[in-house]
Amino acid sequence: MSEAAAIQAITMPKWGLAMEEGKVSAWMAEEGAAIDSGEEILEIETTKITNVFESPVAGTLRRRVVAEGETVPVGALLGVAAAADTPDDAIEAFIADFQASFVVEASDAAEAPEPEMITVARRQLCHLRMGPEQGPAVILVHGFGGDIESWLFNQPVLADSHRVYALELPGHGRAEKNVEGLDVATLAMLLADYMDAAGTGPAHLVGLSLGGGIVLKLALDQPERVTALSLLAPAGLGPELNMDFIEGFIAAERRKEIKGLLGQLFADPELVSRDMVDKVQKFKRLDGVKPSLRGLADSVFPGGHQALVMKDQLASLAMPVQVIWGDADAILPPAQSEGLPDNVQLRILEQIGHMPHMEAAGEVNRLIADFGD
Amino acid sequence: MPKKSFRQAINEALAMEMRRDPTVVLMGEDVAGGAGAAGEDDAWGGPLGVTKGLMPEFGRDRILDTPISESAFIGAAAGAAATGLRPVAELMFVDFMGVCLDQIYNQAGKFRYMFGGKAVTPMVVRTMYGAGFRAASQHSQCLYPVFTHMPGLKVAIPSSPYEAKGLLIQAIRDDDPVIFFEHKVMYDDEEEVPDEAYTIPFGEANLTREGDDVTIVALGRMVQFANQVADKLEGEGITCTVVDPRTTSPMDEDTILECVEETGRLVIVDEASPRCNIATDISALVSERAFGALKAPIRMVTPPHTPVPFAAELEDLYIPNPERIEEAVRSVMGHQA
Repeated sequence: MSEAAAIQAITMPKWGLAMEEGKVSAWMAEEGAAIDSGEEILEIETTKITNVFESPVAGTLRRRVVAEGETVPVGALLGVAAAADTPDDAIEAFIADFQASFVVEASDAAEAPEPEMITVARRQLCHLRMGPEQGPAVILVHGFGGDIESWLFNQPVLADSHRVYALELPGHGRAEKNVEGLDVATLAMLLADYMDAAGTGPAHLVGLSLGGGIVLKLALDQPERVTALSLLAPAGLGPELNMDFIEGFIAAERRKEIKGLLGQLFADPELVSRDMVDKVQKFKRLDGVKPSLRGLADSVFPGGHQALVMKDQLASLAMPVQVIWGDADAILPPAQSEGLPDNVQLRILEQIGHMPHMEAAGEVNRLIADFGD
Repeated sequence: MPKKSFRQAINEALAMEMRRDPTVVLMGEDVAGGAGAAGEDDAWGGPLGVTKGLMPEFGRDRILDTPISESAFIGAAAGAAATGLRPVAELMFVDFMGVCLDQIYNQAGKFRYMFGGKAVTPMVVRTMYGAGFRAASQHSQCLYPVFTHMPGLKVAIPSSPYEAKGLLIQAIRDDDPVIFFEHKVMYDDEEEVPDEAYTIPFGEANLTREGDDVTIVALGRMVQFANQVADKLEGEGITCTVVDPRTTSPMDEDTILECVEETGRLVIVDEASPRCNIATDISALVSERAFGALKAPIRMVTPPHTPVPFAAELEDLYIPNPERIEEAVRSVMGHQA
């Protein structure tokens, strides 16, 4: 490897379809420090969320090109890593070269895949497909009140090596608002119908919260459809849940209430951005959203408890199964992961709330990508 | 989400509510165009094309072209509202309120109160306001303070296409008379607007920016200017909260007071004439209830107390602009107690 090739660029990542720029809110690595691939080196703030950025490269952090507080476009040079003994002028030349040839890709958004409506069992659902034509399939199923964008830190990353489908369930996102007759079991059947309609074939199912309960139910009912199962802070492993959160989420109208509620989803409520609050508030104002959330909550959490608990059936699953749970989850108690059978791998993430796929995106992405293939 | 113009957002709100509720009717001068004449129906679609396409879909029974007689058709709308319809009447320019004001404030605005809560008057008066259109003194005023003054009326002043659609649907579903103000230079503004119907509740201010140093309260078109100033000054380390009250009756006093308590400085931007306008109203509110939080005197950015000039140079000078807002923000930041 030549000297020049050993110098590596660390650039502004693209988190989610709409991200065009990001602000470096903090550096977590000093110039001259040895950094590992996957090490948290930066905190980046976007209009959607603030998150830590893990180094894509290993080496010595030779330059912080962007200072704390600066906002730069996606793809811009944030820092440079190289061997500790690479001469300074080679580093400077590399930076000068990069900056001279860097252009902001304005057309990027137009080429990005768009969510599409899809008819499944006579219902109008919405899904987003990313990744290669061939390859192992992963299907992402959001939780109560979520949507496709819940996976903005995960779907593009997983799509490097997988066909990744994100689905919106009735009453959520762009999908139809009619939730009549739906509970965890019928939602699992709807997911099976979706897999046929979208032609996914057998897939690694990833479900968050209520979505976790749904993918688990499908794995129990139709195991031939499921190559692996990743349950993130899943429903279905115990009767308890934070019903105050659910009721609050259904009722909330004002941005302060919504902000407070969204804060409960994270171990660090500071992660909740203005855009996140705006988006939820705008969604909740749409005709029909409140009744559909109400209807769904009444059927899946009747009387303030989870209607379907499947913990004692987990041992019967033959495919690889993992449960990922934040120990600071304030919505579904992580204690429900105690006493899981031996065939289930349990990963407890420290200082992480109910949204491990956002709050610990890098780690959760690795756990999903490496699992079951 | 698709981008839509302010004009499209209003048109969509009207069409969706007319589809949903057969009692919703439109009335006004040229809302369909061509009534009683040999010309093409819906050729124009309202004074600025806002109601285009509605007549072909809903027919002349529900899209009523009226004579040039505001006193007659605004009165008819009030009566229709009191007897079971949900009329949306278009008062082309709010400057014409002088010939139909009794019907609005002394009739429609008082029915609920005077009939002991048993009568409702679900009437919307859509009306154009604002300077910058080279339309001279008689077609350029911001008369929302007058209606805000009158109990029994609700007053909505949308600041963007998204706001316009949600506030207009809310206005149509509301059981009280609502005066709905559309700034005539904003019809081509675009932003993302959902295809679905949605409502924005009255009396809930929107924070379009959040900062620590200065609260800017702005209305209608002025919200855009306030946002521009907030974005510019953020680069210098001065962060502003921009409050869009959305409705001046009811008005979200709590949010305004909370924001002033957090920042300690207040600039109010109002395109209405400076005496007895919304800026003076909010200034009085804050002086009375959050005086202790103020670190600097309140600044009001308004036009001068004159009719809107016709000469383009003078009209441009008349309208509050980002430069004047920026100067006011800097002055409250620089104030030494």
